[in-house]
Amino acid sequence: MSAFPPVPRVEGIAAPLLRDNVDTDAIIPSREIKGVGKTGLAGGLFAGWRYTAPGTRDPDPDFVLNQPRYAHAPVLLAGENFGCGSSREHAVWALHEYGVRAILAPSFAPIFRGNCIRNGIIPVVIDMAVVRAIAAADMVVVVDLLAQRIEAGESHHAFEIDEEAKAMLAEGLDGIDLTLRHHPAIAVFHAADRLARPWIYLRQEP
Amino acid sequence: MSIEPRTLFAKLWDQHLVARLNGEDLIAIDRIFLHERTGSVALRSLAAADRRVLDPHRVFAVTDHIVDTKAGRTGTLVPGGDVFLTATREETRAAGIRLFDVDDRDQGIVHVISPELAIVLPGTTLVCPDSHTCSQGAFGALAWGIGSTEAEHAMATGTLRLPRPMATRVSFEGALPSGVTAKDMALTLIARYGAGGGQGHAIEFAGAAVRGLDLEGRLTLCNMATEFGAMSAFIAPDDLVFSYLEGRRYAPSGAAWRAALAVWAGLKSDEGAVFDREIRIDASVIAPMVSWGTSPQSTIGIDALVPRQPESGLDVQGFAQAIAYMGVEPGTRIDDLAIDAAFIGSCTNGRIADLRRAAALVKGRKVAPGVHALVVPGSSAVRRAAEAEGLDQLFRDAGFEWRMSGCSLCFYAGGEGFAPGSRVISSTNRNFEGRQGPGIRTHIASPETVAASAIAGRIADPRALVQ
Ligand code: SF4
Repeated sequence: MSAFPPVPRVEGIAAPLLRDNVDTDAIIPSREIKGVGKTGLAGGLFAGWRYTAPGTRDPDPDFVLNQPRYAHAPVLLAGENFGCGSSREHAVWALHEYGVRAILAPSFAPIFRGNCIRNGIIPVVIDMAVVRAIAAADMVVVVDLLAQRIEAGESHHAFEIDEEAKAMLAEGLDGIDLTLRHHPAIAVFHAADRLARPWIYLRQEP
Repeated sequence: MSIEPRTLFAKLWDQHLVARLNGEDLIAIDRIFLHERTGSVALRSLAAADRRVLDPHRVFAVTDHIVDTKAGRTGTLVPGGDVFLTATREETRAAGIRLFDVDDRDQGIVHVISPELAIVLPGTTLVCPDSHTCSQGAFGALAWGIGSTEAEHAMATGTLRLPRPMATRVSFEGALPSGVTAKDMALTLIARYGAGGGQGHAIEFAGAAVRGLDLEGRLTLCNMATEFGAMSAFIAPDDLVFSYLEGRRYAPSGAAWRAALAVWAGLKSDEGAVFDREIRIDASVIAPMVSWGTSPQSTIGIDALVPRQPESGLDVQGFAQAIAYMGVEPGTRIDDLAIDAAFIGSCTNGRIADLRRAAALVKGRKVAPGVHALVVPGSSAVRRAAEAEGLDQLFRDAGFEWRMSGCSLCFYAGGEGFAPGSRVISSTNRNFEGRQGPGIRTHIASPETVAASAIAGRIADPRALVQ
């Protein structure tokens, strides 16, 4: 089962949102989360910054994604610690639904990074100097996940990503399917652990 | 054969290691906790994919985030919020998962009730689709927040796959001055090293000032680890932890209790264990801390000035935006700022010891005219305990509202909120733009500082009231 469309390569305009510590409350305010599902969230993306007043859909022309050239940009340029705060995966679902497929930042908050990998957004960790240079060049970029390289015109920048994350993103793999292949190892662990730490395994609902 | 000294982190991790994968480890998960806001979607999605919860007896759920906290509550005040409550009820029933619902006597904020019920135990791995799950590391567990999809993974497989973090030890040495709390310790760490300063690390809190904290203080300290960007945080469990847990609902008993105790006694870093990083902080010079900006790192001592330029690690644009959003003046004293509201509660500071300390400061005093002050107990058990001691009356007499338990105004979901434009002093963990409502200006601080500020009508140093 495929969990999301694979993203071996992303090409498109890179929208600059260079603030540090952009939190998931900013990416999607809680008031914009209206249903028990993973869809219908793109309209609430960056709602506090994107619209002139809460609850409206009146675009604030100053916000980067409201500039026509950045509308539905597949690449986002960001500052340190992007995606900090609440674990709400709605932040990633909203970004994905809006069209974002790669985020370039010097660092990501850990839960947000994990959520990206489970949903088909490449979290590219790269120097702030490179992020700034790409923002200044203001151009279409290619994020080549397989080659672990960003191409921005003539300049190329290599990036690191661990093998598991890379494979999941490049092939759109479902984590549960992958892990269930290790079912025998999990069963062996549980059998031994039940003897070593029986108090972990609650049996009856008291 | 000599045995290499190991960190507590290595012990917790290796105990749960099921398999090594390609650059990640497969880690067994002992306990899963869900709340209605992010857990409902995980349960729905799992059911839609026709997947089974591997062991429902080790999964728990609660309604805490969007439940009404006014007396006589029946559900939620969030428009359209009912769907989250309904989905949580339906899906937990279908999956055979124990739900602590609005009317349950054990209802409360997930990270408050988990220790109360001994769902978290020393040496366990515990996950919840909520970033402040790390609070529960105060009991010597490896507890961390995940996304909803990861919660599905944990429920379906009993494991999570994740890269092994590095181990940091943060030691607070010396004694904490009076009127200064665990909250101020956490904010000092984050202000010094940045909101991303703990990234890639699991943190062991140690040192005399940490060992001297009560359990509530330890939970507060570990709670804020996610605001430091850490994967998790924990404290080696001691007799305080063991005697708290003994006899509680889901704790082992009899021979199993004694066997568990024998195992838990080894849950500490060995002498000479090597950490990837060590941070030392002198606790004796920490002051009450209060945030001026829109990140927990934008925090200063209560007698300090709002900075004139970005602290290292914060960009110029972000600094200007934070100053403008918060309506503060660079170079002015933070304790000159008049407040409109004061909030005591949350998974950070809504426990009985927090309420006792705040109540002691408000006793016989009055909330300043025009200030909307409220206390929201972290759990129904905390509320009952506080009422049995008469704390509710102390707060009410001073002019505070006294509420039912839940997350309440810690965050804004579209229902109840503070008056537009309010400046709020809050015992919560996040001062993000809009966290407590559009345009609301949040200053985070200890419950003592919140109490002192409510009385003064402006941000105020609690040490002036501490005898
Ligand atoms: S009290 Fe606040 S921070 Fe804690 S779990 Fe609830 S919403 Fe999250």
